[in-house]
Amino acid sequence: MNGADHSAEALARAFGSTVLGRAVSCGDRIVALACEGAHDALAWLKDDPEQAFDYLTDLTAVDYRDPEQPLEVVYQLRSLRRKVDLRVKIPLDKRETLEVDSVYDLWKGADWLEREVYDMFGVVFRGHPDLRRILMWENYAEGFPLRKDFPLRGHFSRAEQTRQALGIDIEGHYSPEELSLVEAFQGLHPDLEGRRKADAPEDA
Amino acid sequence: MGLMPKGTPGQEGAPAAEIAAVSPNFLTTTLDFLTNWSRANSLWPMPFGTACCAIEFMATAASRFDLARFGMERMSFSPRQADVLICAGRLPFKLAPVIRRIWDQMPQPKWCISMGACASSGGIFDNYAMVQGIDTIVPVDVYVPGCPPRPEGLIYGIMLLQKKIKGETLADSSLRVEHEVGPDGLFLPPERIDELSEPFGNSVHQTRSA
Repeated sequence: MNGADHSAEALARAFGSTVLGRAVSCGDRIVALACEGAHDALAWLKDDPEQAFDYLTDLTAVDYRDPEQPLEVVYQLRSLRRKVDLRVKIPLDKRETLEVDSVYDLWKGADWLEREVYDMFGVVFRGHPDLRRILMWENYAEGFPLRKDFPLRGHFSRAEQTRQALGIDIEGHYSPEELSLVEAFQGLHPDLEGRRKADAPEDA
Repeated sequence: MGLMPKGTPGQEGAPAAEIAAVSPNFLTTTLDFLTNWSRANSLWPMPFGTACCAIEFMATAASRFDLARFGMERMSFSPRQADVLICAGRLPFKLAPVIRRIWDQMPQPKWCISMGACASSGGIFDNYAMVQGIDTIVPVDVYVPGCPPRPEGLIYGIMLLQKKIKGETLADSSLRVEHEVGPDGLFLPPERIDELSEPFGNSVHQTRSA
């Protein structure tokens, strides 16, 4: 048994009903958690000194072609001190609203990763401080592109897609808020003056 | 038609009297020829590199292929001082308003080269995120095929553009008309964009719903 197996077993002992299943794939230990208690379990994995999964390597999601199969939100955790990796999955029933608790309060790096999962799959992260689209533009209206029921070329005609794309507000998109520079705004180049969304007129 | 009159000063061994006899120099030509000659040989590119085509573009500009031979070594990273927009790489819809603004900021006379399969047609990226040819966003003068085109390919495209410029005339003011985005938010009719974006080649086997 390696470190990840120990962690999975300890997790099952501490959060018996939350752990839906355990598996090994290609040598990687995977734990499936129920959506309800997942945040507590992830917090325990991070804060318990025996576990110390202090680094969120990746946060993503998988939509399977089979419509019966749930959509999975995947957390790839690593303990830098213990040199142990653990994969945590939260299955979400596709017939219900896709919502999980944000882990931004545990790992700050989850910020853009959760925005990306929201953008591509439409999973809502409760408690995320700034849940907006990140890859597609903000007024993108065609849905969530990485869902399996999303047509490859999108829902709209090419002309409509082009029209909407040409209508994107460039200044709004490349604003200090978007670039996470807003705290440094006072010292920014004068060219960026007036580009803050907060300063933009309301009717725009 | 040559630009240099006989007995140009500075020729090896030209006697002083001979130089004095042809000086002051003058030449006769047409204004079109002179304008087009100078425009075609000092095209300042606005490099819009988004993908692997930009690597080939850099190779074209570097010493081995030496774009300076065409008067193009001066990359203009400000669109306001550029003559030719070279879109080297795929263009996602998110960048469509950006390239459109760059094109609008370039002063006339201006031209556009679409470099590579993706910029010209969307290439292998026939999906929800990609513009199916930048000619649905800005008017294009020369398309360079290839994935990516070799530097020789791009140079051939540039020479074609030079040939095109040398055939222009100042009398035709329609050449310098700005094709702006209209009130419907497009610069081409919607049917034309749909037609240009039709799937072709392998992507006709991909269904819209799967």
